[in-house]
Amino acid sequence: MLSAIIVFPGSNCDRDVQVALKQSFGTAPQMVWHAETELPAADLIVVPGGFSYGDYLRAGSMAALAPAMREVSKLAQKGVPVLGICNGFQILCESNLLPGALIRNSGLRFVCRDVYLSVENPDTVFTRGYSVGQCVRMPIAHHDGNYVAPLETLDCLSSEGRIAFKYCDDKGIASEVANPNGSARNIAGIFNERKNVLGMMPHPERLADPALGGIDGRAMFEALAGKVFS
Amino acid sequence: MTDAPPITNDMIAEHGLTQDEYSKVIEILGRNPNLVELGIFSVMWSEHCSYKSSRHWLKRLPTEASWVIQGPGENAGVIDIGDGQAAIFKMESHNHPSFIEPYQGAATGVGGILRDVFTMGARPIANMNALRFGHPDDEKTRHLVSGVVAGIGGYGNCVGVPTVGGECNFHHAYDGNILVNAMTVGVADTDKIFYSAAAGIGNSVVYVGSKTGKDGIHGATMASAEFTDDAEEKRPTVQVGDPFTEKLLIEACLELMRTDSIVAIQDMGAAGLTSSSVEMASKGQVGIELNMDLVPVREKGMSPYEIMLSESQERMLMVIKPGSEITAREIFQKWGLDFEIIGHVTDTNHLVLKSGTQTVCDIPVPPLVSEAPIYERSWVQPPPPAPLPTSTPADNVPIEDALFRMMAAPDLCSRRWIWEQYDHMVMTDTVQRPGGDAAVVRVHGTEKALAITTDCTPRYCVADPLEGGRQTVAEAWRNLIAVGARPLAVTDNLNFGNPERPEVMGQFVGCIEGMAEACKYLDFPVVSGNVSLYNETNGSAILPTPAIGGVGLIENLRNMTSIVLPPDNHLFLVGQTKGHMGASIWLHEIGGVEAGNPPPVVLEIERKNGEFIHQCIKEHVITACHDISDGGLLVALAEMALAGGCGADITVEPNGIPLSHYCFGEDQGRYLVATKDKIIIAEMANKSGIELTYLGESGGNTLTVNNRAPISLESLRNAHEGWFPEYMAG
Repeated sequence: MLSAIIVFPGSNCDRDVQVALKQSFGTAPQMVWHAETELPAADLIVVPGGFSYGDYLRAGSMAALAPAMREVSKLAQKGVPVLGICNGFQILCESNLLPGALIRNSGLRFVCRDVYLSVENPDTVFTRGYSVGQCVRMPIAHHDGNYVAPLETLDCLSSEGRIAFKYCDDKGIASEVANPNGSARNIAGIFNERKNVLGMMPHPERLADPALGGIDGRAMFEALAGKVFS
Repeated sequence: MTDAPPITNDMIAEHGLTQDEYSKVIEILGRNPNLVELGIFSVMWSEHCSYKSSRHWLKRLPTEASWVIQGPGENAGVIDIGDGQAAIFKMESHNHPSFIEPYQGAATGVGGILRDVFTMGARPIANMNALRFGHPDDEKTRHLVSGVVAGIGGYGNCVGVPTVGGECNFHHAYDGNILVNAMTVGVADTDKIFYSAAAGIGNSVVYVGSKTGKDGIHGATMASAEFTDDAEEKRPTVQVGDPFTEKLLIEACLELMRTDSIVAIQDMGAAGLTSSSVEMASKGQVGIELNMDLVPVREKGMSPYEIMLSESQERMLMVIKPGSEITAREIFQKWGLDFEIIGHVTDTNHLVLKSGTQTVCDIPVPPLVSEAPIYERSWVQPPPPAPLPTSTPADNVPIEDALFRMMAAPDLCSRRWIWEQYDHMVMTDTVQRPGGDAAVVRVHGTEKALAITTDCTPRYCVADPLEGGRQTVAEAWRNLIAVGARPLAVTDNLNFGNPERPEVMGQFVGCIEGMAEACKYLDFPVVSGNVSLYNETNGSAILPTPAIGGVGLIENLRNMTSIVLPPDNHLFLVGQTKGHMGASIWLHEIGGVEAGNPPPVVLEIERKNGEFIHQCIKEHVITACHDISDGGLLVALAEMALAGGCGADITVEPNGIPLSHYCFGEDQGRYLVATKDKIIIAEMANKSGIELTYLGESGGNTLTVNNRAPISLESLRNAHEGWFPEYMAG
């Protein structure tokens, strides 16, 4: 299994995903500089977290125009799994690979803490290591994670099983109190129509090692590596 | 030399030089300086750059140990952490700018300290800070807290270095002078450490990073004077940071460092291009010639004076090996950063600056550095603290009520509101997050880790500088011990008032003596540091605040503990409890008085108890550990209980001491530990001659002391977590 990580100026979770992918895939992912116009063959492409281009103009907006992202779009259309985490999610929205946008947190402050997520759709290449309704713990660390989209888009995401994760409490209830950033319908991650593109604000790579206090994120990488069959 | 307008007395005064100092300038040059030269002498001889009031006393601090690779004098201190690796770290203040413009002041403080560390070849792996604000009731405090925390987070989060912890106090003495001390820890290979001494006559001097603008001109001079009511008007001297450029600069520098191209490298911090070029020339005992016309600038028409004194951020100066120019340029271009050869190394020992066809500065470097003024400021023993009153309103407050109030007090309540704004997990090596005794960050790809803490108890330092200095070091040491680390070295950030006032100088001298004594006794040398003086407004000084950043090594993560209290364990108190109430939080918060001597630190016992704890952790005898400091035993127990979500039932025998004194006294050298095995720990303590007291058992969801009414953990948590967000919501 091969994987690739797109590296932008200002990416800062590229190494973290690299470690997590290597652990699950057994092989080191290829690091692809944003200026590349051709991508290596890969079974998974990750757009990592960080502050691509300093988040200037708008988080993810400049990265969406990088040469490498044009290739990512093409491969996504061919069905290659693409995972965008945090700034990666913002970039995927700005690239129109995913609908909606991520605006400033409702509390207006940067928020870094563990949150609970309920798994809304475990029938995808990303989430098949989880079970439906399972409550998993992952960290968030963002200033602009407040997911917004038109009502019809939200309804569509709900009805088509395209909500991957919702923020919830430790009992799995997607309550208002459990929503760390004001996201519509507590949305923490969404799929594209074909469900080969996932964008999520939480960082699965940050809890994929027991030394860091949990491994709930690891199941996603294991699933992508084809190690979990449910 | 150009014809320049004559230097007037007003110009000399505006540059912060005394008439005596100016006479020395003329003596060194053998003529009158021009304005550029005056500016350069002014910043190089400022308190901030020259340490002219503190240098005499700093020599007292021990700086050596077999594991110290580089002590004070370089960009940061370097210690050996085994396996061919080194930890590189330093703490630095950005107090004055942060008061004027809290977001940018704090952000650029983080940027500056990061550069000090990666300049030496280290990848930064953790940021810490030590913050002091005015009283919560002061009208500016909320605004300053909000801006400083956002600024620290805004910079560190973007750069992608986790901010893993820190400390924060509130006191009226900081109303007009907040303290923002930022610390960075990095890791490098011991054979790839870079220094700042320029060498190789004719080698290119290279400027990299951001362009030079007019921001921050005279920042170092500003930081060397006390504030008057016009502090707000100094805003143009505050620099503006760009963490995105810093991130690129880190990656570009570390990439270039892998290519064997760099002879010397120095960041442009305070006093910008001036101090970086002077320091590189001075350390290398060479001269440097720079062409002002080649310096990348943000706007046209900047004068050599402005270029040399600008404190624009995210810039570095390097001397590179002949033939490596192309490789180096390509790397910086890839990262989208400016790269210009702006001069070369000479054999003249002079700093020569050219602009067009003219020489605009020609200063001999050795006397500029070595003849910088040193003052042995006069000092007096500060007055003793007010005596401990025989009774206070606190005497009649039940311990349960006192505990609630203390856990919700500004100085003891949860700092979650702060650290949730810092990305403390990026780089995925933070194995102990903020909230414990010390942050623990794994050395990437290994099973070992660095423990990091920042500490200072200013209320002790003001009551008795000597004892306070000792305690500050001891507490940092103890915090590292408590997580299972072997304490290795410290960086210090000495924040004081105006050194020209003998009582302030007396505080400085006392704190240094106390620190020196503790550092020596605990084998805990000082490897880097920073002095920030003139922290006073209209003659009112801050509390003496010698902040310490301690670093220790955990050789294997299996031998690590935390404050997280597990259920079904036995609780023991290590160390002697006399119920020392002087200068305590209890006396202040519950009794409403600041009085009494601080608790004495007995270094011999400190060391013995610490070594005992270290051994217990190494042999896996204890399952959780917390040093007992602010607020005493019961606060320590409450913190462990909240961290573990696990209650406890303890019985204490105060032996003649009032129960509240036993519970809240701040006697030093103590730890609270949890263990599965009552007998082994008792045997070990007995063998080492350690005072060990059995307290009770962990479990449940309440805290109970001596069979009194149980305290609900949930309500205690609400009180502890509630203050900060409620206060900030205003």
